[in-house]
Formats: sequence, structure tokens, C-alpha cells
Amino acid sequence: MNKLNQPLSGWGRYPVQTCATSRPERYQDLQASSTTQIARGQGRSYGDAALGETVILTERVNRMLAFDSTAGTLRAEAGVTLAEVLEVIVPQGWFLPVTPGTRFVSLGGCVAADVHGKNHHHDGAFSQHIIALELILADGAKVACSATENAALFWATVGGMGLTGIIGEVSLRLIPITSPYMQVRHYAAANLTGVFALFDNAALDDAYSVAWIDSLATGKSLGRSVLMTGHHADAADLPSVMRPAAKSTLSMPFDLPAFVLNPWTVKAFNQFYYSREGHKTQPFFAHYSDYFYPLDGIAHWNRLYGKSGFVQYQCVIPTAGAFAAVTALLEKLAASRRPSFLAVLKKLGAQNQGLLSFPLAGYTLALDIPMRDAGVLALTRELDAIVLAHGGRVYLAKDALLTAQTFRIMYPRHAEWLRIKQAVDPDGRFASSMSQRLDLGVQHG
Amino acid sequence: MAEAVMIVGATSAIARATAAAFAALGHDIYLAGRNADELTRIAADLAIRYQVRAHWGIFVAEDLTSHAAFFNQAMAEMGEMRGVVLAMGMLGDQQAARDFPLGAEVIMVNFTAAASILSHSANYLEARKQGFIIGISSVAGDRGRQSNYPYGAAKAGLSAYLQGLRNRLSHSNVRVITVKPGFVDTAMTYGMAGLFLVASPQYMGERIVRAVNKSADVVYLPWFWRYIMLIIKTIPEAIFKKLKL
Ligand SMILES: Cc1cc2nc3c(=O)[nH]c(=O)nc-3n(C[C@H](O)[C@H](O)[C@H](O)COP(=O)(O)OP(=O)(O)OC[C@H]3O[C@@H](n4cnc5c(N)ncnc54)[C@H](O)[C@@H]3O)c2cc1C
Ligand SMILES: NC(=O)c1ccc[n+]([C@@H]2O[C@H](COP(=O)([O-])OP(=O)(O)OC[C@H]3O[C@@H](n4cnc5c(N)ncnc54)[C@H](OP(=O)(O)O)[C@@H]3O)[C@@H](O)[C@H]2O)c1
Repeated sequence: MNKLNQPLSGWGRYPVQTCATSRPERYQDLQASSTTQIARGQGRSYGDAALGETVILTERVNRMLAFDSTAGTLRAEAGVTLAEVLEVIVPQGWFLPVTPGTRFVSLGGCVAADVHGKNHHHDGAFSQHIIALELILADGAKVACSATENAALFWATVGGMGLTGIIGEVSLRLIPITSPYMQVRHYAAANLTGVFALFDNAALDDAYSVAWIDSLATGKSLGRSVLMTGHHADAADLPSVMRPAAKSTLSMPFDLPAFVLNPWTVKAFNQFYYSREGHKTQPFFAHYSDYFYPLDGIAHWNRLYGKSGFVQYQCVIPTAGAFAAVTALLEKLAASRRPSFLAVLKKLGAQNQGLLSFPLAGYTLALDIPMRDAGVLALTRELDAIVLAHGGRVYLAKDALLTAQTFRIMYPRHAEWLRIKQAVDPDGRFASSMSQRLDLGVQHG
Repeated sequence: MAEAVMIVGATSAIARATAAAFAALGHDIYLAGRNADELTRIAADLAIRYQVRAHWGIFVAEDLTSHAAFFNQAMAEMGEMRGVVLAMGMLGDQQAARDFPLGAEVIMVNFTAAASILSHSANYLEARKQGFIIGISSVAGDRGRQSNYPYGAAKAGLSAYLQGLRNRLSHSNVRVITVKPGFVDTAMTYGMAGLFLVASPQYMGERIVRAVNKSADVVYLPWFWRYIMLIIKTIPEAIFKKLKL
């Protein structure tokens, strides 16, 4: 198959790497070759997970194969995006069981990162809604795997960042909805203690919940945030005239110069956002696309951070140490004077059997950090130390900087995972820049 | 449902985008190709996304005697047919295709087999006195060049064949449209050196469907290729033959 050399990066635009790419259009061509390779979906992971010597672009292998609108199941090729799926299923009364904060991701990417959504505390991660996968192994074999069939391979593949093989097809259970709208409610919290109390208040709990955090607030206001809860609105509860989804026509046409996002501008924005969103204390209706995908409306919003890109630091801390760790992380970030435009806190539910799956019972914090200078690396090392000290871990789908040593402590089941990797890919055909960095390859000799 | 459209060479990315654009208007789709697995996948996808009927059949290009039966079978499945889009084509290794018999295969796929299936389509639509034929030729057929003349010659033949059909069928209210793409981002061109102004298959699909309700008989896609080719065609042969093109 013809190859095209091109510079690629993840969504954070750091690092950028020139990769040989192939782009199969026929399912039979979705195959490993004798080089080392890694599959890529929509490149919405932030770091180097979908970069490598050879990258297999799956974007054209994107056919929907079976949709049962009575039972609510879908089988599709892994290159299909969530946006395409939603276009088909929502009008017929179905929704995705789990969705990340952007719909411009592929099914394969959702499986490989075992993504979580705002409903993780109730419904778990993506893998827990998979009926079956078709995995294309290094030797060309196509194997069905699920929680009941080839289960070991299944739990190594979900969250396995594309390193066990190419995910060819995904069958998924959907959830029923009666309208495309969400019933949403916001709660303002003056500081971190406040928002933890809100998360712990069972009376406020809803199907979905997430908190936006003002990462520049300090002192008594450290962790100032807005908790946003919601559930799929019942058609019967909707007013007769509903506002349609906001049309997404905006695009960032160029890289924002680095000086625009500075501590003062971000502070001003956060102040504005906190008071506007924090005041929506009455329940209101929002279209699902505005609720789940607020940033999808602005194409190329990653250019906001300028040419040098950014990293997203997302970690999860087990409940016991979560408050202390999040306090320390926010203090460390504020002290670094690096404006994080986006900072999000969310309570996660129990972890699943995915050997490298990220979520565990506790709190997850996600911070965008512009990649302006070498100081970022030093900062994330300090953040890593805080996370480690509290038994937490960093999310691979966002990561570009973790060391192999830190990774091994954060993911205690990596040895089990490596044994399965060794069995299904003895020659190490599947490798990415991330797997090389984290030593997630086959050990030779 | 609107009447069906047949797509020949349905597994190409341009064909898939064209089928999608017709299906989005409510047309049922009949996919003709040689790869059963791919055809099954594409048909399922069209049916799910656009809620139209999407059927497929195996079309053996080289077996010319099978084409009549193939066409009739498709008709029987779909009922009446509104039009036919020919997307089948083969670039192959143009260096190797200078020699025969490989050169003959290029001519077979791009010209002989294409003309054959179009002849059956033409007879059917002529009798119905309505509908359309869209043939995807290429700018490569506008002037023979050393780098791809086996392909270019076959496409030139196809363009002339479509031109003749257009003349014949204009008396029967059947539109015949010749589409001449420049570079399109498909498996045929992926990783090729020297590409420029590359169009997406989606763009092609939308424009091809739009052409049905417009008056142009020969459509360059994107439009500027008409002028690029105009310049290339006006270079005197005495000079052209010395160029490395
Ligand atoms: C704005 C934004 C919001 C986000 N919000 C969330 C969130 O709320 N929760 C969450 O969990 N994540 C979130 N993410 C991360 C994103 O969901 C994951 O990184 C996801 O993996 C991206 O999918 P992709 O198709 O872009 O995959 P890519 O980035 O292309 O690839 C990601 C990984 O999947 C592998 N992969 C992709 N396709 C295949 C395949 N067919 N076979 C094998 N391996 C494959 C790649 O090798 C790579 O390791 C967010 C990302 C963005 C940009
Ligand atoms: N891409 C460009 O830049 C470009 C430019 C000008 C014109 N075009 C024309 O556009 C059309 C579509 O091409 P594409 O770019 O989408 O390329 P493509 O993916 O190579 O598509 C070619 C199509 O023709 C079919 N085909 C080839 N040989 C065949 C044979 N012997 N028997 C039956 N079917 C055969 C292929 O079927 P299989 O899938 O089974 O192989 C496929 O459906 C072609 O006519 C091409 O000449 C393309």
C-alpha cells in the first residue's frame, strides 16, 4: 500500500513528528505490514499515542454495518466517528452509552483509550458497553473479543492504546432517549471544599456531572468551580418550542500569539465564566451537542495555545487522598503562573478490568498547560510526584511526558498486560512513540 | 423513495461519496463492483445512514458477455433506474502498462468494459426517454503524455464514447455528463509525488450529483482544471513532444 510521509501530532500539537502513513480504504487492507506501526483514528488524543514510524490512518474504514433500532445496538468499523454515529442514532431515539468531551473521535480511539464520560460514576467506561470487537492481530488473524470471549485479550485491548492490534469493528449497546435535549443544572462552589461537598451530596447527583474549575483562583478561593449536572430530558417535559443546537461555524483560523493567553486574560475570562455559569441555578434545557461538546463548535480550538502547542495533564486520585492531592496540584499550577484555560474536575466510579484503563474510584483533574518552555516538563514532574504520592495515575490518552518508571508505578497491572502483548504480538509489530517512551513494547532477548 | 441510481466501480472513494450524495436525496442505490465484502459494507452503511435501499451485485468487467445479464438482474432487483454513474477505472503502474498485455488491461477496464456497461445503460434509458449517465473520465484523457498515456488514451476513448452517447441520447431526453477530475484524494493517488490542488472525494460526490440538474455536458472538477487543460491543450505539438510531462 502506498505511503505518504507527513508531519503529525496529537490534539495538543506537541510533539510533532514526521510519520510514514498509509490510508486503507478497504477493510481487507486494514492489516499490519512487516514494519512497526500504530493505528490512528481522529488524532484527538493529546500526546504521542497515535504517532509512530508508520501510522495506519483508519479514517476511511468507517462504514456502519448494522443498526438495530429496536434493540439499540450498533456494529460499525472502527474509523467511524461518534459524530457520524450520533447523526444516525439520535433521530431514532438512541444515544451513546459513554461519550468523551468531543464527538470528533473514532470508535477505535474510544476503545483503545477506554474513554470515560460525565456518567462514569454510574455507568463506567466505554469498554463496559461493548458487545464485541473484531481485532486484527499482527499475524493477520481477525479475532472476536469481548468480556466473555477471549476476555484476556479484550481487557488488554480496551485502554491498550492500539498496541495489541488494529481494532477493526466495534459492536456497541446504546441507551434510549426520548429527546435530543438535556436537563441541566449548575451549582457554584466558592472553593475546593465546596465543590467536593457538592460532588458528595447524593441529593444533587444526576446521570452526568462534571465541574469546571478556575485554575487561577488561589488562597481561600482555591478550587472555585461550577458543578454542572444533567440527564437526558424527557420529551414530555420539554417546552413546545425548543432552541435548536448552536450552529458550529466558528473556526480558529490561525495560531493565537502566545501573549494572548496570559494569567491576566485567563483570570478575567474565568471570573466572567464563573459568574455567568454559576448563576444558572435553575434547571434548564440544553441541546446534547451544547452540553456534551461545547468545544466542538470551534474548529481547531487547539490553536488557541499558539504554535508550540500544549499538554493536557489529566490524572485521577483515589477518593481517600483526592482532596489533598487536588489542593496540592492546583497550588502547584497556580504557583507556576501558567494559565490553564481549561480545568475540569470529575468524580469517577469504580475501575473495570481493563489492564491499562485509566479510571478508578476517585477524582480526576484535567489541566491544559501551554508548552511554552522547558519549565513545563519540570512542572509535570512535580505534578507526577503529587499524583504518585496519593496513589493516582495519569491518563495515557492525554499524555506526552510521563517516564516509563512513573508509568509502571501508576499502572500496576502493566506486567500482566505485557504478557498478553508478548503473546499476540511477539515481534513487536505494533508500536507507537508513546509505547517506546513508556517501554510498552515486547522485550527482546 | 426516489428511483434507483446504479454506481459502477462502487468501491472507489469517489463512487462512495457519489452514492452517499444520491442517497442523501433519497435515491435507492445499486452498487456494482467485484469485491463482495466491500460492497456488503458500503451497502449496509448507505442503508443505515440514509435509510434507502442499497443493493449490490458482482460485476466482472472483463467478461463483456455477462454485462447484459448483470444489468437486467440489477433492474429486476431495483425496479426502474434513474441513472448510471460509471466510476470504475484503473491507473495501475503506468510505466509497466507501456507494454502489452498489461496495457490491454488498462484499456479494457477504463474503456472497453466501461463502454460495454454504458451501452446497456444507454439502451435502457433511451427506451425510457429519461434519466442520466455520468461517466467519470479524466483530465489525463485531454492530452497524451509520456507519464500515463495508456491510461490517458483509454480515458480519451471514454470521453469520446460519452460524447457520442450524448449526441445520440439528447434526442431521447437522457442527460450524458462527462466528469473530468483533476487530482482527487483517493487510494489511486495516495502517496503519489507531484500532486497539487487535490480535491476530496466528498467534494466530488456533491459536485457530481449537482451536475445532474445543471446544463454543462462536460464538467471539470474542480472547475479550474478546465483552464489548466485549456493551456495544456494549446501548447503546439512540436513543443509539447519535447516536454517531460
Ligand atoms: C476536546 C477533547 C475532549 C476530550 N474529552 C475526553 C473525555 O471526556 N474523556 C475521555 O476519556 N477522553 C477524552 N478525550 C480524549 C479522547 O477521547 C481520546 O484520546 C480518544 O482516544 C481519541 O480518539 P481518536 O479517534 O482521536 O484516537 P487517536 O487520537 O487517533 O488515537 C488514540 C489511541 O487510540 C488508538 N487507536 C485509534 N484507532 C484505533 C484502531 N482502529 N485500532 C487500534 N487502535 C486505535 C491509537 O493507536 C492511539 O493509541 C478528549 C479529547 C479532546 C480533544
Ligand atoms: N483519484 C484521482 O485523482 C482521479 C483523477 C481523475 C480520474 N479519476 C477516476 O475516478 C474514478 C474513481 O477512481 P478513484 O480515484 O476513486 O480510484 P480507485 O479507488 O482506484 O477506484 C477504482 C474503481 O474501479 C474499480 N476497478 C478497477 N479495476 C477493475 C476491474 N478490473 N474490474 C472491476 N472493477 C475495477 C475498483 O474496484 P476494486 O475496489 O475492486 O479495486 C474501484 O471501484 C476512476 O475512473 C478514475 O480513473 C480519479
